Formats: sequence, structure tokens, C-alpha cells
Amino acid sequence: MNVDVKPMKTAAELSLAGVYATAKARLPGGGAVAALRESAFRSFDAQGLPHRRIEEWKYTDLRALMREARTVAAPPDAAAKDRAKVAPCVIGDVECRRIVFINGVFVPELSDLSALEPGLTILSMAEALAKGDVRVTQHLGKVLDNNDAALALNTALMGDGIFIHVAAGAAVDKPLHLSFFGPDTPASVFTRSLVVVEKAGRAMLIESHEGASDADYQVNAAIELVVGDEAHVDHVKLIAEGVKALHVSTLLASIGARARFNDFTFTTGGAVVRNQVFLRFDGADTVAGIRGANLLDGKQHVDTTLVADHHAVGCQSRELFKAVLDGDSHSIFQGKIIVQPGAQKTDARMMTQALLLSDRAESDNKPELEIFADDVQCGHGATAGALDQNLLFYLKARGIPQKEAEALLIQSFVGEAIEGIEHAGLREVLLEAVAAHLAARK
Amino acid sequence: MPAVQETVDQVRRIDVDKYKYGFVTDIESDKAAKGLSEETVRFISAKKGEPEWMLQWRLEAFRHWQTMREPKWARVHYPPIDYQDLYYYSAPKKKKSLKSLDELDPEILRTYEKLGIPLREQEILAGVERPDGTRSRVAVDAVFDSVSVATTFQKELKQAGVIFMPISEALREHPDLVRKYLGTVVPATDNFFATLNSAVFSDGSFVYVPPGVRCPMELSTYFRINEKNTGQFERTLIIADKGSYVSYLEGCTAPSRDENQLHAAVVELIAHDDAEIKYSTIQNWYPGDKEGKGGIYNFVTKRGECRGARSKISWTQLETGSAITWKYPSCILRGDDSRGEFYSIAISNGRQQVDSGTKMWHFGKNTTSRIISKGIAAGRSNNTYRGLVTTSRGATGARNFTACDSLLIGDKAGAHTIPYIEAKNSKAVFEHEATTSKISDDILFYCRQRGLSAEEAVALVVNGFVKDVLQQLPMEFAVEAQKLISISLEGSVG
Repeated sequence: MNVDVKPMKTAAELSLAGVYATAKARLPGGGAVAALRESAFRSFDAQGLPHRRIEEWKYTDLRALMREARTVAAPPDAAAKDRAKVAPCVIGDVECRRIVFINGVFVPELSDLSALEPGLTILSMAEALAKGDVRVTQHLGKVLDNNDAALALNTALMGDGIFIHVAAGAAVDKPLHLSFFGPDTPASVFTRSLVVVEKAGRAMLIESHEGASDADYQVNAAIELVVGDEAHVDHVKLIAEGVKALHVSTLLASIGARARFNDFTFTTGGAVVRNQVFLRFDGADTVAGIRGANLLDGKQHVDTTLVADHHAVGCQSRELFKAVLDGDSHSIFQGKIIVQPGAQKTDARMMTQALLLSDRAESDNKPELEIFADDVQCGHGATAGALDQNLLFYLKARGIPQKEAEALLIQSFVGEAIEGIEHAGLREVLLEAVAAHLAARK
Repeated sequence: MPAVQETVDQVRRIDVDKYKYGFVTDIESDKAAKGLSEETVRFISAKKGEPEWMLQWRLEAFRHWQTMREPKWARVHYPPIDYQDLYYYSAPKKKKSLKSLDELDPEILRTYEKLGIPLREQEILAGVERPDGTRSRVAVDAVFDSVSVATTFQKELKQAGVIFMPISEALREHPDLVRKYLGTVVPATDNFFATLNSAVFSDGSFVYVPPGVRCPMELSTYFRINEKNTGQFERTLIIADKGSYVSYLEGCTAPSRDENQLHAAVVELIAHDDAEIKYSTIQNWYPGDKEGKGGIYNFVTKRGECRGARSKISWTQLETGSAITWKYPSCILRGDDSRGEFYSIAISNGRQQVDSGTKMWHFGKNTTSRIISKGIAAGRSNNTYRGLVTTSRGATGARNFTACDSLLIGDKAGAHTIPYIEAKNSKAVFEHEATTSKISDDILFYCRQRGLSAEEAVALVVNGFVKDVLQQLPMEFAVEAQKLISISLEGSVG
């Protein structure tokens, strides 16, 4: 129905306004940063929490899913630090430089910032904002022009995060692992990071989000990423939040010419997850792969929204997203490929596949194309269905029990997406995580 | 790949400035006062001599419409429409009630002759010969502005038990039948334009095919907007009772005028157990000139319901006209084992804007649907496919296959695809593809093994598929249709 309705402010929206009013005086950064916060909050306040009338949020009605807004989490105490210290590492023994955040605050004593590779700079975002570091302020909020309400809220309330700078030509061999631990109280966390990889730089980022299973916390995390010409950047995100958590994360990336960018998101945790990826291809002949896999159960609701905006000639993008749905889970994939006028010779492919293991699970797919150039190759595909009974029969006929046969098929289904990760060790870790998830299946 | 020359030429032939049907028929007409109010609704209802319940139905729709907002989600842009600046009813002046076609205003007869739609039965009989030697026969309901001016072959259809008449006449002769079905597929409050239509619809066709009857000929309605500043709001209602079959065609044209005209129609189809309805459209409303001046706003709600088990509804559309098209012929697959199909070719040129597609709602068990859509955008036009495929929890065994390809000609046009695929049942299988390389690999392999290139193979498969449907059209339509679909698939962009 198209009846005109002016939505009232929800309790969550009103309390977010309160959270901002009380927090803004002690949030890091003055002058330009404060002005940025103020205009972002005004944008959020005008839009309100996204709801199903907002096309981009059609399947994730945050107004309904976020009944209450939590207060901003307090800095971690010693006990929280101890817990994080002994927690098993989500990426196993993959060799990396660990940078730890608890309750959205950078924890130097758990992080490894010693003997940084030449050309690598790492700074806490709170520190950079407080100092008004020009390397940060010149990019912050400016990487992409984006009016998303959840991102605006992040900009208004951003507390800490990380600033990483890779100088031109510098190769950072060790992956940088940004390890985020959520609060163990019903609180909220707003982190903001900025990663700038200059011309021909090389870096790999691993981002993990974990939290206590009994805490009803909210995470709003954003990363702005600048990939310079000829740079090579990998980004792998693991969302393993606690079962009650609400997680909204946004990646904004501008990608230069002849660059390589590989992105992978692996979601297993969280009650409500919204994972947004906005990419803009600014330079010619870049190759990008954006992939992801969701393994869901219970009442999990996971929304992956991706916009790949081609502004330059001759870029190639590949998107592949897989979802395995059990219980009452709900997986959403919204992907949009935009080819701007003049972005000729673009080659973009998008595929989204959902495997429904339960009759109560739901998969919604919206793969969109918006094309304004005539000499391009763009395609998308989407499938949804159950496990192939013929394949199952084949395996069972060879003496493999039902459950194992199912696990094998699911592993190969998800494996196709995981294969896109360039780091062999990380690939192994994720394949093992899939196997463990399947072994725990009833 | 860019489009091949052959395609470019084909599309140029049907470019906006070559619109052939833009002439105006000079006749006197009877009009309602300009503007829209309860008075207008009462005037139309009285003019049609409708029963009281119908008037109340319209008034309810009108009151609801006043609370509604025009939808803005479609990818189309146009200046706001002043709904008070339109005539909602316009009919050629009648001297007395007509006994035969000879009494019809010769100007109108000439108009239809010029459009190639013969209204005299003998002419139709002598009409076009099919390849197998039989003559094609089409019963035509001609709607001129707000009223139906002639319906042919009524006697012969009556013998078969088929009711085919203007809906205004059906409201007088078969009020119970109309009341039973009207608004059951597209409710009066469905959406802004459908609700407007419910309040002010003036004419359209009504078809009822009784159980077990295969309609002996193609039925067709030809819509013509002639009068200036009028909106056309027709309503079509087709019911195929158990085990029956009917094929229905519609065609539409309008004069070339500088101002935009509104066409907001509603079509409702109902198929009972084992029934089949085939609905074909050749939409050729005036598209406006090269610069986008004038043209029809085609805001249409078309929906069919497969109410019975094993029923089937098939939509075929060939869209070349209209300044703006906003149209999503849909199927509600309620009966078990029912089937919905949507075949569309939408060609836009000049500054045309097309936002069209389909919706398939799977409710019954083992329901299947198939969507084949081809959009071709040239000039400075924008062509959007928007489709929804969804299941209810109980739609076990539902299957959908969707393929939508777009082709761009020139770098000023835009082609967009916005599919929504919602799976809520693990035993449902949905496949959606928008690349030419993924149509059944087996068939492609078979063709390629026999020496065809990948592209020839795809063209053969898809064209063969679409042609199969279009050949079901009577020759008058098929000729025009063939011209439009012999377009190469080379350079499809998904």
C-alpha cells in the first residue's frame, strides 16, 4: 500500500540521539572531526534507523530488529584483557601481526607493534583523531561519497580503531590481524579504521569480530580503504560474534588503476548481521574478487549488501557468495554492479547461491545490474535449493553415511568461495572451521 | 561485445520517429467534465447504467485512492501528473444504439482499417492465410478512448458458450459473474494506479470460458486512445473455468501528441483447475518524439491467478511503445502443479523509460514458473527488468527458471536488471541467470558439437524458445512480432 506514513522516532532512535549528545564532548577529535561527526549525526537523525521502506535495507528492517540502542561500552578492565589474552585465536596459528581491540578500544599491551616493516605505519585511530593527524583527516569520511544511515551513525560516534599506512612500493609480508572483542555487557561499540595502501604497496588485512555468547551487545564497525595504483590488498573478515549480538559493518574502498583487491567475508556468528561493502573502481584495468560464505543456524539473520561501482575502463570484478542455512536462519544477499558511462570493457560477474537445509530457513537474493556502457560483459546468477538428492544417493551408494555425505557436499559448496582466498594458511583455517561447523550439526 | 550491425538496423526501423500510428481521428465525442471527483465516478457509473453495488465499489476505491501516494520506487522519472487536468471519460458521440457495424461512425471504421484491424467479420474471414492453409480468425473488441465500439464474432462465440463482450455490457448482462470475480486478483486497493483504475475504469473486455470449452478462436482487444487530454482506464477480466482454454491478444496505439497521456489499465486473469490462459500483448503506444516530448505513460497492473490445480497462465509481451512503461504482469500460483510463464521482449529507443518485469508467487505444491525477458535499449533510453520470484513455506517442489538478458545499443542508453529471489522452502529450486553463457550447458554442447558457434547455439535455443510462443499469435500480430525478435543476441550484457 502506498499510504503516506511519517514514521515516529523509535525508542532506539531517541536513545541514540541521547547517546550522541552525552558522548560527543569526550569523543576524540576537535575542529574538523567534530564538524564531520555533527553533520553525520544530522544525516542519521534525518534518515532514522533504516527500515524496509528503504530499498537498500528492504530485507533487514533495523527499526524492528534494533528495539533498543545500547550505551557506548566502557574501556575494558583487566579481566576483559585477560580473557582476550587467553582466548584461542580465531585464525589458528597463521603467522600475523595482531592488533587487538576490546570494547572498541585499542589495547597496545595485547598488540604487536614491534619492528614494523619499512614503510608501515600503525596508529590508534583515537590518537590520530585527537592529534588531528593530517594523514587521517585528509581521507576520513572522504574515501567514498556514501549516505548510508548506519555509516552516518558510525561516523558520528566513532571512538577508536586503527590507522594503517603502507608507503608506496612497501610490501608488508606479515598479515595484519585486527582482532575485535565485543563487550560482555549490553553495550555498543563504534569503531572506525582507515587503511591507505599507496602506489604498488602490498598488504593483507584480517579482521575478526568475536564476543561473549551471553551478552546482548551491538557493534557498528567501519573501515575506509584506499588501494593505490598497482597496489595489492587482501581483506578477510571473520564475523563470529556472540549469538545475541547485533553487528553492522561497512567497508568503503576506492581502488586505483592496475590494482588487485581480494575480499572475503566469513559469517558464522551474531544474531543480526549486516555486512556492507561499497567499492569504487577509480582506475583502469583493476582486478577484484569479492567473495563470502555464511554458515547459519538458529534464528540468525545475515544480510550481505555489496555495491561494485565501475568508473574506469577495463576493470574485472568477480563476486561469489554462498550461504548454508539451517534452522530458522535467514540469509540475504543484495549485490549491485554499476557500470558508469564510459567504463567500457568492464567484465563483471556475480553469483549467489543458497543451500537450504531446513524448511524454515529463508534465502533472499537480489543481484542487480545497472549498466550505462555498451561494450561490457556483465552477468549475474542466483540459485536457491536443497542438496542434490542424486549426488547424495551417489555418495550413499558408495557406503558413506548420510550425515558425512551431506557434510562432503556442503564443504565442496562452500569451498568454492573459500578457494578465492590467496593466503593458503587462512584457506585451511576456514575450511577447518566449515568442517567443525558441519560436525556440530545435528 | 557491442551490438552487431544487423541488430542496430532492426532497432532503427522501429525508432520513435518512425511511429506509424500517430494520426488523429476527427470525430465528435462525449466527455465527462475535466477533473476527478466523486461526481466523475458517479457520472461514469451512470453513463454505463451500472448496478448500485458497482458504484459503491468504485466510490470505495476512489476514497481509498485519495489517501494514497504515487509510487516512486520504479526507475522512471516524469514531472508530476495533475490528475485534475485530465478527462476521465470520452466516448465517440452515438446517434442511437447500434444494430450492426454499418451503423458505426465510418470515421472509426476507417481508423481501425488504417491500423490494420478489420472490424467486419467477412474481412477477417478473408484475412490472412496460415502456412497450413487454414484461415486465421480473431474476434476483436475495439476500445476507442473510454468505450468499446465494436465486438465481432459474438454470435459464434455464444454458440460455443464463450462470453466475450465489453465489461460495461457484462455488468448489465452477467452482473453476478462479474461481481464474483472482479477485484479478486487485483483488489481495488492494490496500488495507486490500480485503485485509480478501479474508481474510473470505463470499459475493457470481459471473457468467460465455460468448463471444458476450448475457445474456438483467438480473442483480441484493440485499444486506441484518440481524444486529447484523456486518460484511458480500461479493465479486462478473463475467467477460464475448469479444463478450458483461451488465447487473448491486445494491441494498443495512440496519436502523436506533444503532451503526455495517461493509460492506467488493470487486467485480471483467473484460471480454474486444468484451465489455460494465454495472454499476449503488443504494446505500441505513442513513445514520444526523439527528445522525449509527448508519449503515453503506461502504468498498468496485470495479474493472473492460477486458482485451480494444474492450471496455467502465460504472459507474452512485446513492448516497443510508450514514453514510460511501468508494468509487471504477474502470476499467483495457488493451485498445486500450476504453471506460470512470462516471455517478454522490451525495446526502448529515443528517451523512452521502461521499468517492466514480472512477479511469480509460488503458493501451491510443485508449481513451476519460467521467466524469459529480453531488454534492448537504444538511443537515450533506460530499460529496466524488475522481477520477483517468491515462495510460501508450503510451496514444496516449486521450481523457477529465470533468464533475463539485456542489450545496449550506443553508449547513451542504460540497461538494468533488478531481480528479487526469495526462497523459503528447501524443496523449492530457483535458478536465475542473466548471462548468455549459462543456458543449459548440455544443449549448448549438443549444438556446438554439430558445428554451431556458442553464440549461434544460444541464439538458436532462446530464439527457438521465444518464437515458439510468438508463433501462437495470429499472423497479423506474428508478422510484427517476428520483425522485432529476429534481433541478434550478440553483445548481450546480462
